[in-house]
Amino acid sequence: MTDAVVPRSTEAAPRAGRGTSWLRRALDSDIFYSFRRSRMTMIAAAITLLFFLLAILAPILAVQNPFDPAQLQLMNSRISPLWTADGQAPFLLGTDEQGRDVLSAILYGLRISLAVGVLGMLLAGTIGITLGLVAGYVGGAVDGLIMRIADVQLTFPAILIALLVNGVAKSMFGNKLDPTSMLVVLVLAIGLSFWVQYARTVRSSVLVEKNKDYVAAAQLIGLPAQKIMLRHVLPNAMGPVLVIATINLALAVLTEATLSFLGAGMPETMPSLGTLIRIGNNYLFAGEWWIVAFPGIALAGLILSINLLGDWLRDALNPKLR
Amino acid sequence: MLAFTLRRAFQAIGVMFAVGIIAFSMFRFAGDPVSQIVSIDTPPAERAAVRKSLGLDDPVVVQFARYFGNAVQFKFGMSYQFRQPVANLLMERMPATLELATVATIISMVFGILMGVYTALKRDTWLAKLFQMVSLIGISLPTFLIGILLIYLFAVTLGWLPSFGRGEVVKIGWWSTGLLTVSGLKAIIMPAITLGLFQMTLIMRLVRAEMLEVLRTDYIRFARARGLTTRAIHFGHALKNTLVPVITVAGLQFGTVIAFSIITETVFQWPGMGLMFVQAIQNVDIPIMAAYLLTVSLIFVTINLVVDILYTVVDPRLRSTVSRPH
Repeated sequence: MTDAVVPRSTEAAPRAGRGTSWLRRALDSDIFYSFRRSRMTMIAAAITLLFFLLAILAPILAVQNPFDPAQLQLMNSRISPLWTADGQAPFLLGTDEQGRDVLSAILYGLRISLAVGVLGMLLAGTIGITLGLVAGYVGGAVDGLIMRIADVQLTFPAILIALLVNGVAKSMFGNKLDPTSMLVVLVLAIGLSFWVQYARTVRSSVLVEKNKDYVAAAQLIGLPAQKIMLRHVLPNAMGPVLVIATINLALAVLTEATLSFLGAGMPETMPSLGTLIRIGNNYLFAGEWWIVAFPGIALAGLILSINLLGDWLRDALNPKLR
Repeated sequence: MLAFTLRRAFQAIGVMFAVGIIAFSMFRFAGDPVSQIVSIDTPPAERAAVRKSLGLDDPVVVQFARYFGNAVQFKFGMSYQFRQPVANLLMERMPATLELATVATIISMVFGILMGVYTALKRDTWLAKLFQMVSLIGISLPTFLIGILLIYLFAVTLGWLPSFGRGEVVKIGWWSTGLLTVSGLKAIIMPAITLGLFQMTLIMRLVRAEMLEVLRTDYIRFARARGLTTRAIHFGHALKNTLVPVITVAGLQFGTVIAFSIITETVFQWPGMGLMFVQAIQNVDIPIMAAYLLTVSLIFVTINLVVDILYTVVDPRLRSTVSRPH
């Protein structure tokens, strides 16, 4: 491997000329300008950030650890929210059947939902980007095979594939998976369901990029294909990938919630937002609306704000895309 | 044209073959079929007998050929949890799912087209803006939350509609229909709206965009110049030309609707294939999962094939499929 003088990508020249910090450049950029112009996007970004903060700070903010059965007391079950007639002091949003504080359960559930969502998105992105790069760069039969699989998978809704992966994992590792392995299975199911979008986008970018002069130059000085793909072609294909990743995060959170709601996701001992909605749904008829309403609002707010961010990013990064 | 049709047909068969391999691998390799059938204290000799009777000692290729041959004749083996042939279970539940999906599609088409035309013609009225808002919600809210919300409003609070099940059904041959009884019709309203809401917003947006485009064309201007009534122009000329892509998309989405009925059926405890599939996953009933996969794939592939062939006949411009979240 000769690490000869590598021609840095084309943006290197102006970067050296200005010589300011990256923060200054970020604040000067078109993207930040368009961000400041859109109030809706700023609100969505603030809400998304808030959700992430709440998830990270859950152990500090929550009045109890809902995953720890020792902290749950049946005496405190089915208390309605604080502002209603029967509300009780530490339980702002009420408690559920097992005496679990709804707000604490939401904070901890948010952690799981976001963890599965982010990890699932990263896995899908890794699989998709790798296959897209290989398909676009190598071409020929490899390209044909990868894209054929992608086409077939695209005809089936992601949720169906995620359910199947889930079912197969259950039958291979036993029906009663412990919560941590279930988390891994969910990430795997999401990763395998959503890689196609990345692969198609990266491939089409690579097909455009690989005929440009800088790739030819890199090939001429004898760089290995792997290095050209990762260091030179991929950075130039990242724009659309970021858009897909944002929208994919919303979809991943939604898929996890759907799987958990269907009873094919996180167990009730370690609930995600979807599991909480599943549990709460059982008490709707008894008039205990708060057990399902607040996790539902949290989930809908989270997905809506990430989606709005994704929509904005799509328009800001590439006006030609739709 | 014939060459195109043949090529697409071969591709469809190829896809079904691939799905068949996946279904077979699930059946054969995910967990041990024998231990699912016998009880824990069955002696090894008996287990071996069961093994032999299932043909699990044959070469894998032979097993696959047998599985595929059976699947083509709609024999999917026995369900682990129900101890009944999977094909019978599927047949029993298929009418419920197909009726739900059909009613959902009809609702989404009727209201989607009406709302789309309205938002295109009267863009700045408050009602048009309301429709746009509803469409944003329809795309962002998870299906199951919409279902729960409807149940809370119309079943728990108002008590107008039943919250679960299909109501009374009438048997017509092997097909059981809930569309001929009052309780059956009441029961299908909420699930069909829940299932069709996403499709409705999709069709509304599509009709709106197409209408706005068509209204700018020369032949509409010419129709106005000729002095035709606004109604004739809007509905006789403009709408008619937007309907081809709308029907195509609705057709392609029918398969997706069937797959998404998994969620709706679970929320409303609708006794269809989707609910059975979810229960099969919870109970690790692999034969049902494999059979559901094969059945739904067959429906998907058939619809895609028919639509593909039809729209090269009708409108060569339309060649993209629409993907949906949940």
